Parts: sequence; structure tokens; C-alpha cells
Amino acid sequence: MSKDENLVEDKMQIDQHDSDRLQKNVPDGFSEDYLKVYYGKLFPCVDIYRWLSYGNDGKHPACDQSYFGRREFSFTLENDIYLRFLSFNNVVEMESSIRKKCPFKIDIGPVYTVDPAKRRAYAQGGNNVFSPIERELVFDIDMSDYDDVRYCCSGADVCLDCWPLMNVAIKVLDMSLREDFGFNHILWVYSGRRGVHCWVCDGRARRLRDEQRASIAEYFHVNKGGENNAKKVNLTGAVLHPFLARSYTEVLKDSFEKKMLLSQKLFASEDRFQKILQIIPDDSIASELLDKWQGNRRSSISKEDVNVSRWEQLKHVLQSGKHKVQGLRRCVEEIIFTYTFPRLDMEVSKHMNHLLKAPFCVHPKTGRICVPIDPNDCDDFDPTTVPTLSQLIEELNMSNKRSESEEDWERTSLRKSIEIFRSFLSALLKSCKKEINSNVRQSTDARNW
Amino acid sequence: MEIVRSQREPTHAAASTTSAKLSFYRFAPALEVRLEDFELYAIDRLRVLQGISDGLSRGKKPEEMEKLVTELWRAHMRHQDPSEVMNKDIISHFVLRLVYCRTDELRKWFLSMETSLFRYRFRLESPESQRSLMSEFQLPYKAISRAEFETVKEKLNQVARSIGQSLNADTLFFKAPFEEVPELFAGRRVFLQKGFAYVAMHQVVSLVATQFRSNLSKCLVLTNRKWTSTIRDTERDRLAPIIEALSTGYLGPDYSQPKNSAEISLKDINGLASSSFPLCMRHLFDKLRETHHLKHGGRMQLGLFLKGVGLRLEDALLFWKSEFSQKVLQIVGAERFDKEYAYSIRHNYGKEGKRTDYTPYSCQKVISSTPSTGDHHGCPYRHFRTDAVQISLVQNFPTAFVAAFVVYAHLLHPSAITSSLFDCFLTSLSGLAPDDLIYFNSEENLRAALTKMGVCGRSVDGILDKVRNKHYQIACTLTFEAVHDAPYDSGINHPNQYFDASRKILQNKMEST
Ligand SMILES: [Zn+2]
Repeated sequence: MSKDENLVEDKMQIDQHDSDRLQKNVPDGFSEDYLKVYYGKLFPCVDIYRWLSYGNDGKHPACDQSYFGRREFSFTLENDIYLRFLSFNNVVEMESSIRKKCPFKIDIGPVYTVDPAKRRAYAQGGNNVFSPIERELVFDIDMSDYDDVRYCCSGADVCLDCWPLMNVAIKVLDMSLREDFGFNHILWVYSGRRGVHCWVCDGRARRLRDEQRASIAEYFHVNKGGENNAKKVNLTGAVLHPFLARSYTEVLKDSFEKKMLLSQKLFASEDRFQKILQIIPDDSIASELLDKWQGNRRSSISKEDVNVSRWEQLKHVLQSGKHKVQGLRRCVEEIIFTYTFPRLDMEVSKHMNHLLKAPFCVHPKTGRICVPIDPNDCDDFDPTTVPTLSQLIEELNMSNKRSESEEDWERTSLRKSIEIFRSFLSALLKSCKKEINSNVRQSTDARNW
Repeated sequence: MEIVRSQREPTHAAASTTSAKLSFYRFAPALEVRLEDFELYAIDRLRVLQGISDGLSRGKKPEEMEKLVTELWRAHMRHQDPSEVMNKDIISHFVLRLVYCRTDELRKWFLSMETSLFRYRFRLESPESQRSLMSEFQLPYKAISRAEFETVKEKLNQVARSIGQSLNADTLFFKAPFEEVPELFAGRRVFLQKGFAYVAMHQVVSLVATQFRSNLSKCLVLTNRKWTSTIRDTERDRLAPIIEALSTGYLGPDYSQPKNSAEISLKDINGLASSSFPLCMRHLFDKLRETHHLKHGGRMQLGLFLKGVGLRLEDALLFWKSEFSQKVLQIVGAERFDKEYAYSIRHNYGKEGKRTDYTPYSCQKVISSTPSTGDHHGCPYRHFRTDAVQISLVQNFPTAFVAAFVVYAHLLHPSAITSSLFDCFLTSLSGLAPDDLIYFNSEENLRAALTKMGVCGRSVDGILDKVRNKHYQIACTLTFEAVHDAPYDSGINHPNQYFDASRKILQNKMEST
């Protein structure tokens, strides 16, 4: 056992001893000491290694043994010291480096043509052999980009009233990545504070060129208006593209009418419904509705929620026969797209060498773990109950190993997250194995010709 | 002259819009070309490619590009002998392959310009001709069967209507991996299903261009191998010098001799530096004034530029000697100055050594230089950004050493290292391994330099945006436009061109007031 680990052990024993006397001896928050324990006992280093090896850590002759070692990692240490172009030859090196440096953040970059740590030695030749060749297709969605359509919080804050917007994003993208692009191995991860990350890990996705990545991001890009442009979504054409039509009927419409409309009280005050009326291109209709809603002229019999009734009125006016004006037909859909359709941070997806925070990192501000999210169960995901670093340390302290073979994470609330990750991993590795086998067959075939 | 190429009747070639039938350039021509044709054809094609490059980085729309390509092709690729037109096309393409196969950067540029050229030429063909080209190029796509069409018909109809078209029952559709038509699905102009895109006949240009690109990309790698293994040596005296010269990519006027009228005297040089030097020279000039020293790369870049703007040899010697006098002369002594520095200045003016008159560096050459720490030459738009301080910390180095290192770095990039960062070094050394690197972004340096040039506000953002997209020459052109408050459509390709254009504008302004 290394000296570092001894220290961690000691700390643990002290903590355990203390916990006999005090109910809660682990103060909330983020500290380097907790992080050390977390990296030593809970962080699923081996799983992450197996994931990023994509089957190349096996004994099969077609395995590319240098694959993992050409992956860039970067660490952010305390005080924002930023170490780029780190690489590890195997899981032992990675694990010991993480434990030793105790990074506040770990980022994952691309796989390069050569070991990124030795890139300068290769750069001498003038011919630039150092370039990224593989990288998961990634997406980053931040709640702060939705500030104009949520009223419960703003900026980096999230709550259960606005989080459904993230679920919409997960569902819309996940469905399209599978149905339209044919991808199968998609990992969704809570970013630790205000959003989600998506890692598409199929071989085909990892080999995409930048131009193709940018095009996929563009395929998902619907909200185009700037700050000063009220109309952010423009749906032209006689019908919607199949992707937009499917997203609308299967996800957006319900989410808007059953959740966002009520939880964000989108028609409850004048400034809120004004914002929606601005999307309507026909001024006479907008002012007709405005007149109806201004003051307290609500129909007295209605015990119905004001948001629901006003939305129904708006739909009725826009969709009734007398307004068959081109441009108005799309307006209900445009409002729903504006208020619910996923908003991506485009730059993250466009380039192979963009770094993205690794799953299972701890967010330094919230202390929450960046846990995987099961896209099929995303409606049940609650960002406010994601395990925090101090909670996990507390759980470790409060319980003892039930058996020799039991791993530490099994007796903490990280358990469910690691199980989600492992089920993603086992499907992924199965298909990697297939791909590696078929590569061999192809190359022997080629030799026979 | 004979060209080996795919089976094709060259009869109606001249009838097509671009006066030569489109080629996929699958086979290198086996032919005898006169050496001057070899070079002239290549230069003509290079003018077309550079025109395209300029159009693209200025963000021209597809229709504008179509027009631009037609014009460029007409202007440069015609030949008085119609039967020679197609040869010129093919020969010039293969010569430029040799020129642009040799580094990653050159390959990338050539690949993207040739693909654009091919794309717009293909777009100008009629649908019938496009189909016959597709079968001639033997592309691996087959139209989908009637039965498959029926299963996706409804979706195809939906896509067509969503982009304001209607689905024609006899429209042919090709099924291709989505990766091959990024521009089509980016705009949601095709139907995607399980990783495949359904591409309508009128959209096939995207497919064909993708094939063209990947084919050419592979060929360039092979050509590079051939170049290094044989051609470079066997053609050492014949083709190689032409190839070398072409790859600088600079086709503008020769600035090695100053124009007769334009001679500058020493006393004007300060004023001219602040009014009419491009940023790359202004930066060198300021650094020289500030530190009384420049390393070799900087002395060459600035020295040749000054020669180009009309500083005579005698004045150049005086200029460098007086700049260096305060520091270097004390250290190296006047004797060594004469021996080493004066020699190289005289050398630049063709008075020593091989007595070649050296040419001032073009933008291409400045941009592709690789300044290291302590150098000030290169293109500020490119090198200010990537020239981040890289500090390799060796574990267990005494703290004092590292501190000294940080101070040194601080002198080089004042904006990059703050005092809190300085503290971090001292506190966190223990955790660092030998190869750990610390990077600083120095976009701020560029911003400061632009402000010093008198560029501000939105212009700076526009320039930085071009820089981020690696359009360094456009960034320089925008700077020129902001500094002189005048449009400059031809674009900056040469520091001396910047200077000349600036003088012209300023003189006109003086005359009109
Ligand atoms: Zn909220």
C-alpha cells in the first residue's frame, strides 16, 4: 500500500471512531480530504478504463494495445491549475495519478494519433503527425440557456419545476440519435449542477470528422433567434421534417401542456403572456388576446387554471378556421418549440478535441457527483437528491462491509449510478468485441485476396 | 502529348459550361509537358483555388460561389487551343497535388479548395450529365428499388414538403451512410433512418463531392510518399525547384525590389511604422525599439520587409546598428556586429554569399513560420493565440528555480500570469509530474495589440472571430479596413502589399484635404 493510501486509511479510521460519538460528523461541502477518500474508495476507475478502452484491453490479436494510452486526459487541480495532455498506459497508472494529484475536475479529450504526452517529440519532423483521430460524439445542455423560458430559477440554479426541460432534451436527442442516426451506445450524465452531458460511444460516432459533428449539432439546432429577437423558432414549409414532427408529437407537446405550462405559470402574468404573444406574427390576433387577458376579465364560471384556459384560448384563435393565414398555421408549434425544444451548447459538439468532464467527477460548487442518467427513466431523475461527496463519505463511515467481496460503493447511494453505468458498459463492450472480431475477419479476407 | 484517362469521348467537352468536362482525376497523365506549361498551368489553377479560398472565408453564399467559380474558371483556365483545355485542367491538378502533398496543412487546404471547385463545377452540369458523370466515376451508389421507395415514400414526401418541394413519383433516391452528406442532414433536407440518408437526385452533388474528397485525400497521402521516396531526388534539378516555389502560394507582385518612386528615409520610419506597417511588422518594430534586440527569424522578417518598402542598404545598416547599439553592441562589440549582423543584412540585399536578392516574406510564409519562445516573428493573428507559455515543470526542482521561471514567463506574457497563479505554483508543486504542462490563453495579447493599432470595439471582435476560425489573412484585412476606415476587397496576401495599399490610401486622403 502506498503512503498516500495509508493516509486515507488513517483518516477513515479516525472518522469512523468519531462517528460513534457524533451523529453527523461530516460537514457538508467539498474538501480535498473527502475527495481523496472518494477517489480511493468509490470512483469507478476500472469501469472508466474499460469504457475508454473499447475492448482494446483484451488479449485478442486485433486489439490495439496503444489505444487507451493515446487518449488525452486533463486535470484541473486546486486553484485552477490546469494540466493538459496527460495520458496513461493502463488502469494502474491512471488510478495512481488520480489518487496522487487528487484533481478537482477530470476532463476527457480525444484519442490522438500518438501519445499526447509525447506529442512534442513527434512534432519535430515538421509534418504534423499529432492530431485527434477518435472521440465520442458529445453534447452539453445547460439550464442557464433556458433562462428566457423559466421563471422558477435562473443561471446555474435548477429545481424540480424546470428540470423537466432537461428530460425533454434527453428524450428528443436520445430518440433521434437511435432512430435517425442509428447509434446504440449512448451515455447520459448529470453535469453536477445545471445540466446534462451526452456521450455517444458507437465506433461510427467516435470516428466522425469535425464537419460531420457540426452537421449533427446543426440538425438538432432549432432555437436560432438572438437575445433581441422575440421569435426564436422559425418553422417554415408546409409540414415539419419527420424528426421535428416526431419530437413534437411524442415529447414536446405533452411536456409543454402537462408540465411547463403549469409549473412555469406561463400565462399567469402580463409580462409572461406578452412574451408568448410576441411570437404571433399577426398583430390583430395578438392584441385581440391581449385585450381579453388584460385586467381581470376572466370568465367567471371558469374554475380552470388560468394558464390552461389562456393557452386553450390562444390555440382556439390561432387554429380556428378564420385564420388560415400562411405563417399562423405553424404558430402553436413554434411556441411549443420555443419553450421546450433542446438548446445545445453547439461548440462542445463541433470539435473532436473539445474536452468534456468525465462521469463520476464531483462538482466542486455543489459537491454532487456527475452520475449517469438512464434515459428511459429520466422522468424519475431528481437533481436535488443526487448523492453529494459529503453524503457518500458519511454513508461509508456509518456502515461496515457486509462481506469480504463487497465493494465500498455497494453500501452507498452511488450504487444505483454505478449499476446504470455498468449496464451501459456491458452492452457497449459486447458490440466492441464483435467489431474487433469482424476487423480480424476483414483483414484475413484481405490477405487471402 | 498523351493522357491516360478513363474511357471517354472528348468530343462535346467544349460545349459544357465550364468548357471542359469534369474529371475525377483518377489517373495521373502520362505525358510530356513543356516545363513552362507545367508551371504556368499550375499558377493559373492556383489563382482559381485562391479565389475560392477567399470567397469561402468571406462567407459567400452557394449561389455567389457558383458565380465566382464560373468567373474564376473562365478567367484562368481557358486555353487558346480547345483540345488543350481538358489537358490543362488535368495537368494543373496533378502538378498542384505534388505541390500541396507535402505537409498536413498544405494537404488540408488543397483538399478543401479542390473539393469546392469540383462541387461547383458539378452543380453547373445538367441533371443528365450529372447522372452520366456518376456512372462514369463509378460511385458506389445505386438508386433505391421501387419496393424500398414505397416503404419510405410517406417520409420522403414529408421531407420534400418541409423544404417547399414536392415529391415527384419518378425522382430517383440514393441511400448513403449519413456521414457522406453532412451538409444535407445539417439543414434537415434529407430523411434519415437508422444511420442512412435518402438522397434525392437533385441533391447528389453532396454525395459526389464527398467521394471526390475522400478519394483525393487518399491520393494526396500516396503522392506525398512518392514525393519523399523518389520524385524529390529524381527531379532535383527540374521539377523540385518549381514545386518549392509554388508551395509558398504567393502569386502577387514581387516585392524584392522597391518601386522606384517609393524610397523611404530613416527619419520617416517611426511614423510609417505606426501608420502603415501591418501588425506582424509593427510588433517586430516595437519589440526591437523596446529591447534593442531581435532573434534571427525576426531580423529576417522585418529586414526583408524594410527592404521591400524601400529602405536602402546603407540606411538599413545604420538602422540596425543604431537599434542594436545600446545593448548588443555593448555585449557583442562593434566588430562582431559588423561580422555577423551586418553580413546578414548585406546578404538580404544580395551583397554577400550567393548574391541572390532575397524576397520579402509573403503572408503565407509568415503564417507558416514556427516561432518559439522569445521569438517575435511570425503572424500575430496566428501565433499570439497559440504561442501560449508552456512550462514544463520538473518535479523536485527547487522552488526558487520555478519561481524564477515564472517571473521569466511573466516578462514574456505579462497578461498571462497573475499573482494568484504565481502563488499556485509555489503551493502545488509537489503534485506535478515531469511532463505536466500549464497553458495560458493569450488572446488578450492580440486584443491589446489591436487596440494599440487603433482598432476597437466591434471590429476587434470581428477580427478575433476570424482568428478563431483560422482565417489569419482575413483578420489582417479586417484590421487594415478598420485602421484605414476604408474597404479593401482584394485581401491582404503580403505585408508589403499592406504597406503599399496603406500609403496609397493615406496619400489620397492627404491630397483630398
Ligand atoms: Zn427551477
